[in-house]
Amino acid sequence: MIVDIRVLRRDFPTLAQIVNGHPLVYLDNAATTQKPQAVLDALNHYYRDTNANVHRASHALSGQATRAFELAREKVARFIHAPSANEIIWTRGTTEAINLVAFSLGRHFLQQGDEMLVSTSEHHANIVPWQQVAATTGAILKVIPLTDNAELDMAAAERLITPRTKLLAVGHVSNALGQVNPVVKLIAMAKAVGAVTLIDGAQAVGHFPVDVQRLGCDFYAFSGHKMFAPTGIGVLYGKTEWLEKMPPWQTGGEMIKTVNFEHTRFAAPPFKFEAGTPNIAGAIALGAAVDYLQGLDRAVLQRHEHGLLTQLLNGLAAMDDIRVIGRPQAGSVSFTMDEVHPQDLATLLDMQGIAVRTGHHCAMPLMQALKLKNGTVRASFSFYNTSDDVAALLAGINKARELL
Amino acid sequence: MTHPFGTEITDTEVRALFTTAHGWEARYKQLITLARQLPPLTDKHRVDANAIHGCESQAWLVAEQDAQGRWQFHCDADARIVKGLMAVVLAALSNKTSAEIAAFDMEAYFEELQLLNHLSPSRGNGLRAVVSAIKAKAES
Repeated sequence: MIVDIRVLRRDFPTLAQIVNGHPLVYLDNAATTQKPQAVLDALNHYYRDTNANVHRASHALSGQATRAFELAREKVARFIHAPSANEIIWTRGTTEAINLVAFSLGRHFLQQGDEMLVSTSEHHANIVPWQQVAATTGAILKVIPLTDNAELDMAAAERLITPRTKLLAVGHVSNALGQVNPVVKLIAMAKAVGAVTLIDGAQAVGHFPVDVQRLGCDFYAFSGHKMFAPTGIGVLYGKTEWLEKMPPWQTGGEMIKTVNFEHTRFAAPPFKFEAGTPNIAGAIALGAAVDYLQGLDRAVLQRHEHGLLTQLLNGLAAMDDIRVIGRPQAGSVSFTMDEVHPQDLATLLDMQGIAVRTGHHCAMPLMQALKLKNGTVRASFSFYNTSDDVAALLAGINKARELL
Repeated sequence: MTHPFGTEITDTEVRALFTTAHGWEARYKQLITLARQLPPLTDKHRVDANAIHGCESQAWLVAEQDAQGRWQFHCDADARIVKGLMAVVLAALSNKTSAEIAAFDMEAYFEELQLLNHLSPSRGNGLRAVVSAIKAKAES
């Protein structure tokens, strides 16, 4: 099957813009992706035609909204192959999803001397919540180091995973380096010692199909806005056995069964974890994003993205003063230019209509480990990027070098 | 610690430089040239106490008031374009009194130089933070 990316791009109105006098080359997809018309229509349709609160009122609009909202939950469950829609909890995003597990499970089931394991390449959102758990429970946070190639040191991981390990939390794909972590192996190692496993899938779900049952993780977290849905909506997948045991972390509204002044009985999962009015429009639009993705041949898109990655890596390899960090495999490529501050390069690329990210990419410990004081320039792809975008970036780097 | 900005190179000179700079490439070349003319701060001054927060790159500001009540500002940044932008600010605000600094319309100046996007709150380089820090020092 041949996919014409130029035709596919027409689904994304934002991409057709002129920025600083140039056609937009959007290479900041790891920060957020653009939205297809189908997602914009879903948002508009909800607010225009069916706006009502969910699960409460007995009137027609509320019924429609509730059905759409719960249908979206089922779509997301199928999207990541969760056994049940009741294992899909709506959150604001990946960060809130991880915080939910940290506050509910971490603070109640971990104790002094227990060990939690993360990796050096984690985003701050998968470090700080566990540090907070450590501070309140006395559990210890350990870190899988990197090899010389900036990959997770699996030999060290093997030594670090012991019967004291109670939780493993790692990213599926590094947001800073675009490396795919060996999560299947790590999950198996953690399960062998009875540890709970959480995978931060923020940088994975937009790039390749994810199957939580095949992974075997207990929790999987991701954000809508990095997979073509709106901001402010995300997902925590959790195994029922854990969701039933875990106490609520925020209280009030939707999550109760009965309340009197002496005692409150909580609703069953997922509602137990969804206090207050949820982001109804966001959830429905995330469902639309899932439909949109499922309507495409994702294997073809994955090959297309891989082609872009190869084209960029070859182009950068031909530049003597450019150093690519690590071994990028999905989504993002981080690099530095000798003697040039990443921000200078990004500013001059921006003037040419090319959107990239610079700095530490919310992974300061990783940048420290790699001794990258000023961080990197990161170009991150989505399937709607083209070979012309990569060529524009390479030409833009050459132009910036002339000016600097 | 001296530099030419505010004395030999004032906002009038900077406006003249940018009027003749056609296109973004010429303007950014000009910024990089100005950055070279602003001497670096010594390690003694590149410390946390002088750091400007809100910059993606590292930036430092040192302020002193001379006997005539004129403020002398010294800036440095590890990114060249930010440093050039700082030089543009120093050309306008260095060697001025508190009242002159308060009266200076930075937005209009950057708009004229076609660099206004750098003063926007969304820009990560924190030039706005530099200008605020200078204005705060001059008010103190």
